[in-house]
Amino acid sequence: MSTGDGVPGPGDTPGLAIHTEVPKHEHIGSKETVFELKDLSVFYGDTPAVRNVSMDIFKNDITALIGPSGCGKSTLIRCLNRMNDLIPTAKVTGQLLYHGEDLYGGNVDPVQVRKLIGMVFQKPNPFPKSIYDNIAFGPRTLGMQGDMDDIVEKALRDAALWDEVKDRLHSNAYGMSGGQQQRLCIARCIAVQPDVILMDEPCSALDPISTGKIEDLMLDLKERYSIVIVTHNMQQAARVSDRTAFLIVELTADEKDRWGEIVEYDETEKIFTNPSDERTEAYISGRFG
Amino acid sequence: MNNRVTSERTRLAVAGARSGAVSLDRQPTGEIVRGRIFWALLLLAICIALLGLALVLVDAILDGRQRFGLDLFTQKSSSFLPESAGFQNAILGTLWVIGGVILFCVPIGVGAAIYLEEYAAKERWWSRLIEVNIQNLAAVPSIVYGILGLAFFVRGPFGLGRVALAGSLTLALLVLPTVIIAGREAIRAVPPSIREGSLALGATQWQTIWHQVLPAAVPGVVTGVILAVSRAIGETAPLLLVGAATFVTYNPSGPMSGYTVLPVQIFNYFTRPQDEFFALAAAGVLVMLVVLLAMNSFAIWLRNRYEQKW
Repeated sequence: MSTGDGVPGPGDTPGLAIHTEVPKHEHIGSKETVFELKDLSVFYGDTPAVRNVSMDIFKNDITALIGPSGCGKSTLIRCLNRMNDLIPTAKVTGQLLYHGEDLYGGNVDPVQVRKLIGMVFQKPNPFPKSIYDNIAFGPRTLGMQGDMDDIVEKALRDAALWDEVKDRLHSNAYGMSGGQQQRLCIARCIAVQPDVILMDEPCSALDPISTGKIEDLMLDLKERYSIVIVTHNMQQAARVSDRTAFLIVELTADEKDRWGEIVEYDETEKIFTNPSDERTEAYISGRFG
Repeated sequence: MNNRVTSERTRLAVAGARSGAVSLDRQPTGEIVRGRIFWALLLLAICIALLGLALVLVDAILDGRQRFGLDLFTQKSSSFLPESAGFQNAILGTLWVIGGVILFCVPIGVGAAIYLEEYAAKERWWSRLIEVNIQNLAAVPSIVYGILGLAFFVRGPFGLGRVALAGSLTLALLVLPTVIIAGREAIRAVPPSIREGSLALGATQWQTIWHQVLPAAVPGVVTGVILAVSRAIGETAPLLLVGAATFVTYNPSGPMSGYTVLPVQIFNYFTRPQDEFFALAAAGVLVMLVVLLAMNSFAIWLRNRYEQKW
């Protein structure tokens, strides 16, 4: 299988932003870029997981990565804050610029990267501590100045969780519902004042009501943060995201190796109403995946 | 068109579910008999195991009950006054030795466990070699550690002499593999998502281990340490070699003092011909059983109290 015509090559990427004419985003030409991915590939050992991804991710956008299982969405999002470094065999090739600086450059400290680029995971993973300590851990560890009670309250308010938990700040976070735990993880993430929030299928373990709350929260948060979200749920991508990248699983002829490739990356509205690639259309209309 | 496909699927699913639940009759008799035999064999196994334990316990209670009392804890040992002799100096000796064991084996054992779980490249051959060796060391007969302790701590490079500290170091080496294994299991039980959550906030690896992984692993580590220490308390053979065999009638004054320990004192009384000493030894066994039971109960309580459900 070839990559098809709809795959934007590295050269087309800046053009993408101009081609699309959705009135909602008339200022798009001037949008600041947060990430520039140029021919980015990730390997586990010698096995490719994602190949040749080129895309620009913009400031204060919600950028969604969608695609079938095994297409490397999670692998890709984990590159953006170097969480892939935790897997000893993972290897990244190509270029990944963050505000123009090479994230995989020799002098870059992954710990510093993660201070600026936070992450929310698929399964809520609060620490086995009190709600208060869950939030306070990040600011304390990073030596942030200011009154800790204020920092905690602000983070919980920003995550729309304050009213639900203000009377039990010192009880264990594991006593919360799944949706509350996930919002606690989001609060924990914004407490350290990152620049970007990465969300790896943040709602896949949650019920529709909790999902709705988190989506509302994302729309609030994008005023101040840039958000990248991996999701299995296409309606979710359609509801919240400004731009959507559609990835697909490619196979070698002998089906031994499989990896993800980007098919189409565009305004979410365009992807869902008028995709340029027929595979995108097949996927979003539910014919495969 | 889509609707028709869906209803066809539903029909098939319903038919499938029904076909699975056709027979509710009793199984053939042969199966029931085999099941009963299997159950009876398992019951026999647990009965034999419990019977052995019960025999030890009943025997010790019968022999030692008239000598069991508070004066066992307040009287020092004696080689010629079995009626008034007790175990005070042996109990204090055990405390000094075990205190030393905890002091040495906890930081070293937990440190080694953290290194092996969090830092060592697990797929490398030398990591596996270390792992196999630790498991092997846990199974080495304790007398071997006694010989090592005699050559290394009592004489040889350390030259401490027959003191409590030499016993502590020897027993610490003996239980170290157990502590490392228990520590590794406790650390491994902390889910990777906790580490990821911490690292994703910009915490360094050591901050993550110190503030998140270790606190979550503490109950497991402590349980492992208590079980290891219970084993150390009951050890006799290695201590016979490193100085506890000397018959002392005074309380140990510190780690550099001559000493004896509870099981060695029991052994000592048992080897004497008089019946009174035999009863005294049996009462000592009861003291030991009480101490061990208390420690193991504490370990179980601790595990249940602080166990984290993920």
